[in-house]
Amino acid sequence: MSARTPAGRLGRAALWAVTLAVLLFLVAPIAAIVPLSFSAGSFLHYPLPGLSLRWYREFFESAFWFDSVINSLIIGAGATALATTLGTLAALGLWLARFPGRGLVLAVLIAPMVVPSVVVAVGLLFAYAPVGLANTYAGMILAHTALASPFVVVTVSATLAGFDRTLLRAAAASGAGPARAFRRIVLPLIAPGVTAGALFAFAISLDEVVVALFLAGPGQRTLPRQMFAGLNEHLSLAIAAAATLLIALSILLMATVWWLRSRSDRLAGAADRV
Amino acid sequence: MSAPIVRFLGVEKSYDGVTPVVRHLDLDIARGEFLTLLGPSGSGKTTTLMMLAGFEVPTAGRIEVEGRDVSRLPPHRRGIGVVFQSYALFPHMSVAENVGFPLEVRGMARAERSARVARALEMVRLGGFGERRPAQLSGGQQQRVALARALVFEPSLVLMDEPLGALDKQLRAEMQLEIRHLHEQLGVTVVYVTHDQEEALTLSDRIAVFHHGAVQQLDAPAQLYERPANAFVARFIGENNRLAGTVSEIDSEDGMVKVALAGGRSLWAMRGDCGTAGARAVVSVRPERIALAPGPAADLSEDAIPARVVETIYLGDHVRVRLALEGGAEVMAKRPIAAADPRLVAGAEAAVAWQPEHAIAFAPEPGD
Repeated sequence: MSARTPAGRLGRAALWAVTLAVLLFLVAPIAAIVPLSFSAGSFLHYPLPGLSLRWYREFFESAFWFDSVINSLIIGAGATALATTLGTLAALGLWLARFPGRGLVLAVLIAPMVVPSVVVAVGLLFAYAPVGLANTYAGMILAHTALASPFVVVTVSATLAGFDRTLLRAAAASGAGPARAFRRIVLPLIAPGVTAGALFAFAISLDEVVVALFLAGPGQRTLPRQMFAGLNEHLSLAIAAAATLLIALSILLMATVWWLRSRSDRLAGAADRV
Repeated sequence: MSAPIVRFLGVEKSYDGVTPVVRHLDLDIARGEFLTLLGPSGSGKTTTLMMLAGFEVPTAGRIEVEGRDVSRLPPHRRGIGVVFQSYALFPHMSVAENVGFPLEVRGMARAERSARVARALEMVRLGGFGERRPAQLSGGQQQRVALARALVFEPSLVLMDEPLGALDKQLRAEMQLEIRHLHEQLGVTVVYVTHDQEEALTLSDRIAVFHHGAVQQLDAPAQLYERPANAFVARFIGENNRLAGTVSEIDSEDGMVKVALAGGRSLWAMRGDCGTAGARAVVSVRPERIALAPGPAADLSEDAIPARVVETIYLGDHVRVRLALEGGAEVMAKRPIAAADPRLVAGAEAAVAWQPEHAIAFAPEPGD
């Protein structure tokens, strides 16, 4: 069917219309909240009475919001560091070793990605409360580490799949022990995958609300948890400012992942051409 | 002869505990020699090399390097240079960093390191390429970098696993000479793996022919070619004609046997690994050892075999003549172009003959 025939032209128009409708459906709720954060009024509705940055001022000046940002950053940074380290090591171990039950180990590592988060949250509460980890930073960091690690395992494993194992042998034949071979050869080559995994981990922690609802005490409330509270307790348009900031941060993280990926593809492509 | 640099003592390897990949290998490698492990794929040659490098652990037996048992020593403590077929250069490092890596690992100061790297690159004719990335080099250049990296720390033993396998024919011939010259210059012991017999003949002091996980013969190239130990070696190294028959008489004084060919004729041959009278045998004759002349057999010599030309193949520097012998067997003869006879065309009557010492009687291979 050619695009030149009337039927063909109609088909293409229909395809465009459906595509646009789907995109609109996906983006509209996000797009709707952003202008509201710049509203000069106090209500969550259109049309905007005027533009102002008053909700951003309220957001950054009130302890209610600002402390939650700090909490999100502390917990996000802690969970990212732990999940990246553990996830990278796990991916490396699974890549190097061929042992019976390898599939099972991988399944357990990936489980937090598939198990409903409310189930994980309840489980964590029961497990952490008796050992004093509920309502602590350590507890939140550990919980987010468990949730974020699978993403690191997956991205690092994907990078390792393209790694030439002969390089490890060449490193050993050059006299490098396993630790040095990892530091000088493996890590630099899988760095894009590790960084992408770390960004994913941070994004997961930044977004997470269910576990935070169950496990975080008033002292550890993260930004999404506070937004949840904000909706119920005192509705103010500062919540739209918070949402806009979260959206911006998420876009920044994903753009970085995308940039890293295209960069490592380009490097791989350059190596293939010769 | 001084103490061997490498000794394999009863080394065995099996990956699954059932199928042997290498069976009971005893092999001494002399200091400074160029030893090639030659064999078809799956013959155990690469596994043997990988055990020496430390990437595989023997199932049984012991490997000694410089008199020390290294069987359980991890590869990075063995101090052996290794060149891989896939070059295995570190793509994120420059050429100089690649070559300098073994020195960096050994904690050498930066200034001395760069002097040594420059010398090593000079040695493989890549002076001035230090700042390039491996991806910017051709295959031959990349393999030279890999050579420099394996030699830069002056190991007394260097292993090469089909290092020229990925290169085209012309480049391969060039690199063979280069490797040979490096070996002569440096006096380093080289253990080389290949499945290319021509490459093995070009490079080696000695060749170990592998088949079914065992060394079939370990000899200098000329011995291997002229006096193969069994039918497999004769078949694998160079071309040969095979004539089936039965041992009828043994002259142990001269090391000759008389073989009754399937066609009814009997002839004398050197005694290879064939059995005693009555045993089946295969007589092997190299194509270039076959004399041939047009016309009736008696004109050539009294033992000449009557034959008919099946076809001739012109190859520029030589001509191949395929002949059907009296009795039905076929042989291929090879004549230098200057000695080619224009009367030997398809269908022509001809006669073939060879000296008894150019024929060897072997036990048939399983499956013959």
